[in-house]
Amino acid sequence: MKRKLHELAHARAGDKGDTLTLALIAYRDEDYELLRAQVTPAAVKQHLGQVVLGEVRRYELPRLSALQFVCERALDTGVTTSLAIDPHGKTLSYALLEMTIEA
Amino acid sequence: MRLGAGSGFQGDRLEPAVILASQGELDYLALECLAERTIALAQLRKLADPGAGFDPLLEKRLGSLLPIAKRNGVRIVTNMGAANPLAAGRRVMALSNELGLKVKVAVVTGDDVLGLLEPSMRTIEARGAPLSEYEIVSANAYLGADAIVPALATGADVVITGRVADPSLFVAPIAHAFGWRLDDWERLGRATLVGHLLECAGQVTGGYFAEPGLKDVPNLAHLGFPWCEVDSDGNGLLGKVAGTGGSITLRTAKEQLLYEVTDPGGYITPDVVADFTSVSLKQTAPDRISVQGGNGRLRTPTYKVSVGYRAGFVGEGEVSYAGAKAKERAQLAGEIVRERLREDIPDLRVDLIGIDSAHRGDFGHPGAPYEVRLRVAARTKTRALAERVGAEIWALGTNGPAGGGGFRETTYERIGVVSTLLERSRVRPAVTVLELDRETQAA
Repeated sequence: MKRKLHELAHARAGDKGDTLTLALIAYRDEDYELLRAQVTPAAVKQHLGQVVLGEVRRYELPRLSALQFVCERALDTGVTTSLAIDPHGKTLSYALLEMTIEA
Repeated sequence: MRLGAGSGFQGDRLEPAVILASQGELDYLALECLAERTIALAQLRKLADPGAGFDPLLEKRLGSLLPIAKRNGVRIVTNMGAANPLAAGRRVMALSNELGLKVKVAVVTGDDVLGLLEPSMRTIEARGAPLSEYEIVSANAYLGADAIVPALATGADVVITGRVADPSLFVAPIAHAFGWRLDDWERLGRATLVGHLLECAGQVTGGYFAEPGLKDVPNLAHLGFPWCEVDSDGNGLLGKVAGTGGSITLRTAKEQLLYEVTDPGGYITPDVVADFTSVSLKQTAPDRISVQGGNGRLRTPTYKVSVGYRAGFVGEGEVSYAGAKAKERAQLAGEIVRERLREDIPDLRVDLIGIDSAHRGDFGHPGAPYEVRLRVAARTKTRALAERVGAEIWALGTNGPAGGGGFRETTYERIGVVSTLLERSRVRPAVTVLELDRETQAA
């Protein structure tokens, strides 16, 4: 069954220059493996293709049941020079949660 | 020792800091008030007026906090000095006199490294452009705990800094309280984790977390700010004052732990390269999270320097459409503005607020909203060009589609920020102690 990440995890966006960080944190520890298997860097890059122009790196944090995505060239040249209505990309945590996986 | 976070950004609420200073049983209260670009803007104010350039809320915040902090023996550490820490320190002395308080202030300087930049130095951003490409207005090194600890060692009631790394505002009092060596990487790594959890204040007590129904936060309107009780190994217990709003849970702590972290195993500050991957968080009681087991290793040989430069001008304008065909009318208005500015401002961004402005798409939610707000924004070389954007938004009032309203426009000069690295040995932090009628350099 297709499920939105929103049902399984919460997220927080952060920024460093033109780099967007997205923390994806499982509500239940037992769902971490499912997220790790399906929310790959490639899948996130595909999902956020209209926003993230550079590469996506992923860090695994099993002790926190969390994945950290670091997305390059995602903030329209950077927080201080972006023309976006949300130059920090703070709303993008909820863009990640729109992604669907098999669960 | 126990330290609290009294502010998480420049304009943060004041009330939670007052509650922390009064009832938090704190040894130290740290206030983080300086964003990346804030210091460049402050530098421009200082250029216009040599006595300006510190945080505009300095007097308001410390006017409320100083009497309480002094009474309770809470020492204050803050980066509200911005581009002019010495002027900020003098203002705090004057304020103390007005309040009838005997206060000793220590000011940390040396972060202003504008004079040390060379045109051939390169930015660390993707393109690695030489600094000669920029019209630079400011350069501030992120100083660390080793610049702040000597200020604390003077016994000052208030320590004022300019640019320092946010976690260092917390690492310094912890290291000072326990007399740590500043090459004790493991402990500094753990203290950095504590500092990182505290630096955004309300973001760890349930601020910026709530989603009704799924992630409810009690009494968010009266959100309290956090304190952390730290032991001599740098392990911590996060908490907040009873009766304040918000909640501290594993979920709020995890969101803050990973906030803005681009490498959880190698979080670089001027103090240490901290490792957050080994941390263990436990809920020990309601609103109490124990933080154990962070780690750290040898710091880098350089300081990160935040370089502010003139990045041209921005013009922005907005107008709303509601009811039948709102989206189509907003789209048409956007096309009209684009056409009217095509020759002079080819690089124009057109957003439909309500449809695609925040996420650049709708992720499969195509339904037309009842109302849509058109937003047009452009970067330009001159102010006059930037003003054209707003002028064309206003022109839609009589020259655009039907039923547009709520015209707003803004034009501003923009300061951009890039970063470069500077050898540590070239930067010379210093401390000036301000006492009644006396200013001295600390050793």
